[in-house]
Amino acid sequence: MLEVNIHKLKLKNPVMTASGTFGYGEEFADFIDINRLGGIIVKGTTGSHREGNPYPRMAETPSGMLNAVGLQNVGVDAFCNNIYPRIRHFDTNIIVNVSGSTIDEYCETASKINALDNIPAIELNISCPNVKKGGMGFGTNADMAAQVVSEVRKVYSKTLIVKLTPNVTNIVEIAQAVEGAGADSVSLINTMLGMAVDVERRKPVLSTITGGLSGAAVKPVAVRMVWQVSKAVKIPVIGLGGISSAYDALEFLMAGATAVEIGTANFIDPTVTIKVIEGIQEYLDRHNIADIHDIIGII
Amino acid sequence: MTKHITNFTIVGKENYGPQYFKLVLKHPSTLPVIMPGQFVEVEVKNNKNVYLRRPISIHDVDEKANTLSLLIQIVGKGTSTLSQLEIGESLNLVYPLGKGFSVEGHKVLLVGGGCGLAPLLHTARCYHAKGIRPTVLLGGRTADLIPIKDEFGKYADLHFATEDGSLGEKGLVTSHSVFGKAYDRIVTCGPNPMMKAIARYANEKGIDCEVSLENNMACGIGACLCCVADTDEGHKCVCKEGPVFYAKDLTKWCNS
Repeated sequence: MLEVNIHKLKLKNPVMTASGTFGYGEEFADFIDINRLGGIIVKGTTGSHREGNPYPRMAETPSGMLNAVGLQNVGVDAFCNNIYPRIRHFDTNIIVNVSGSTIDEYCETASKINALDNIPAIELNISCPNVKKGGMGFGTNADMAAQVVSEVRKVYSKTLIVKLTPNVTNIVEIAQAVEGAGADSVSLINTMLGMAVDVERRKPVLSTITGGLSGAAVKPVAVRMVWQVSKAVKIPVIGLGGISSAYDALEFLMAGATAVEIGTANFIDPTVTIKVIEGIQEYLDRHNIADIHDIIGII
Repeated sequence: MTKHITNFTIVGKENYGPQYFKLVLKHPSTLPVIMPGQFVEVEVKNNKNVYLRRPISIHDVDEKANTLSLLIQIVGKGTSTLSQLEIGESLNLVYPLGKGFSVEGHKVLLVGGGCGLAPLLHTARCYHAKGIRPTVLLGGRTADLIPIKDEFGKYADLHFATEDGSLGEKGLVTSHSVFGKAYDRIVTCGPNPMMKAIARYANEKGIDCEVSLENNMACGIGACLCCVADTDEGHKCVCKEGPVFYAKDLTKWCNS
């Protein structure tokens, strides 16, 4: 059995896709049956349309990549009016990643998403390293993190997941703060702040100089943080960071994650999510494990 | 157009000097329809310093043989690793990606600079199949930097421009005498300064002009939003909304 619950959210399996790596799901429909996924976390959505950062926004790095997209998105109204009607029929959990620069913007976006019948959860992004205002600023301070979560909690009645940044001294403290403020789950980790230099041009590769590191390179850090946080909070933890195989996903589950998200690996193999789901089932079968809960958090 | 992920087999390989090589890739069954100007995302194996796929434009298609070919310039570690591949090995592609050339117009000029000529062979062939013989102008700093030459002659009236005069007219492509004739469409792929000059020319003359852009990409399918071009309507993904754009929608870009 692969079913897991994140608060009121029921997942047919623990494999979801990470925000900003899977579009609105439609981009991958040629390659896989979207309905087989545990959930899709769609592109980070803000109160109004954002153009994002200038090109270049991407740098390949050893076993990973830096991005500095900067939350380019259509804005919450265009999402509700134009995109939601196209994707609401998917037989999987469509979760919206909600981002912003102010508490008011987070609350306004969350309350608009709250009104959409087929969106059972939001992932509150207090951890984007690529926007000047807000974003990671909220996620690096326990008091501010708690404040934004408690305000959003007042206007959002469904499952509230809070996405945490690894760019902090003590992620456990932030996780406990958002749990105390009413979060139903935490997802971690967002990208790690990094930088790459083009030595021939003698300039930074990214237009923004720094960007967010993702991919296999961050996985051990992510597993460690998931383990630490899952020991310290009672709410379910969603693990992400460099997952590209069933074994990677199983590491996160054993370290304490109830579910996982797959991100950058979708760029390399657009069918990776299905391979991970099948690989987890194959592992359970091979070890005669009837219920995935028997391995969650065993470390 | 449905996108696929497929293991192709390398059935042909040709080197064109030290910088360029062509791979002919055979589909395991029937190759789907591919529009000229579309591209593939190639998996790069056997190099631990390469993490992402590499976007490569489709050079030519042989529907009868179920093959497509890629003309590749060695510019970095990804393309360098691909250059080590041999006939008989397999290559995993995500394809066909992006919005290609329209194959519209009657008096058509195709302009390719350096390896930017790659997508123009399939394009010329598609025009020829419609009963239109386009004019093709290929340019480079020297003749050696124009990797493919004769193949275009089957489908097009072929001209060259080189900066050192080693082939065709001496000078930049934009000062070549073919621009003295009337066209109702210009199609171009090559270095940005060349394409910007051609786009400005076409916009001034009111000629429909299609430009194929190249940016660094991660996903290739419009999911990551890394490869954006600065169009007059804002940031657009080169991989999904391009790589082919109309010059009239790039006025900011072509004057930058």
